[in-house]
Amino acid sequence: MDGFGVTFAFWVLTGVTLVAALGVLLSRNLLHAVLFLILTFVGMAGYFVLLSADFLGMAQVLIYVGAIAVLVLFAVLLTPRAGRDNGETRMFLPALLLCGTLLAVILFVITDTNWAVSEEPATVSAAGLGEALLSRWVLPFELASVLLTVALVGSIMLVRSREEEAEDPR
Amino acid sequence: MTPGLEHFLTVGAILFCLGLTIALSKRNAIGVLMGIEIMLNAVNLTLLSFARFGVGHGPVAGQAFVVFIITVAAAEAAVALALAVSVYRNRDTIDVDKLNLLRS
Repeated sequence: MDGFGVTFAFWVLTGVTLVAALGVLLSRNLLHAVLFLILTFVGMAGYFVLLSADFLGMAQVLIYVGAIAVLVLFAVLLTPRAGRDNGETRMFLPALLLCGTLLAVILFVITDTNWAVSEEPATVSAAGLGEALLSRWVLPFELASVLLTVALVGSIMLVRSREEEAEDPR
Repeated sequence: MTPGLEHFLTVGAILFCLGLTIALSKRNAIGVLMGIEIMLNAVNLTLLSFARFGVGHGPVAGQAFVVFIITVAAAEAAVALALAVSVYRNRDTIDVDKLNLLRS
């Protein structure tokens, strides 16, 4: 991992992602917060590509930017009378203090540990990842598909309106 | 300054703590969910940087773990947002400080 392009991309991505995450925390309007969240996800996809995980970068764009962001937007738009004020916080200073302490501890661990970094940077192709998912990790893979089905059915059950339930001839 | 493992881990840690702050302090349930999504993303970044720099059980294990985390995050987002919409229908609010009754 060297070269000017990688370094430049890393610092630009760091700036964009951290500013966008701060925007989610600080913006007063909930819709603006969702847009900042999308920008954070895009920055994350950039990091994934930078870390040679090109398939996961694409998956990040498809799933987070494409699906989850739209879900969050829908949830905001489906709750119109709930207030769009994202600035409302409770116990903000204790939360900030707690997270600052946690960050200090994690940063101390990161700098203090002697990481066994291998000289040869490791890369995985999408084909290799797919093979591993269907051979070594086939059981968690199937469990994940069951989980997705359950989540789909469950969320449809949760948001059904009362009239539909009354019409249901059970 | 060429980015090494520590740089990526630091970014992941900062994003995780930002997400935790958002999840702990927001009063809107959707805001809390956004914080949780940022935390999951930060964990993905950490796992992928470990995979890339050859720490742990090889690169394939790290990337497969990230695939499962993305799956679980998608399921979590769908169910949690459905819950938020359902609560809003019953109570007309999704302020997590006002949702303090088990019966509606």
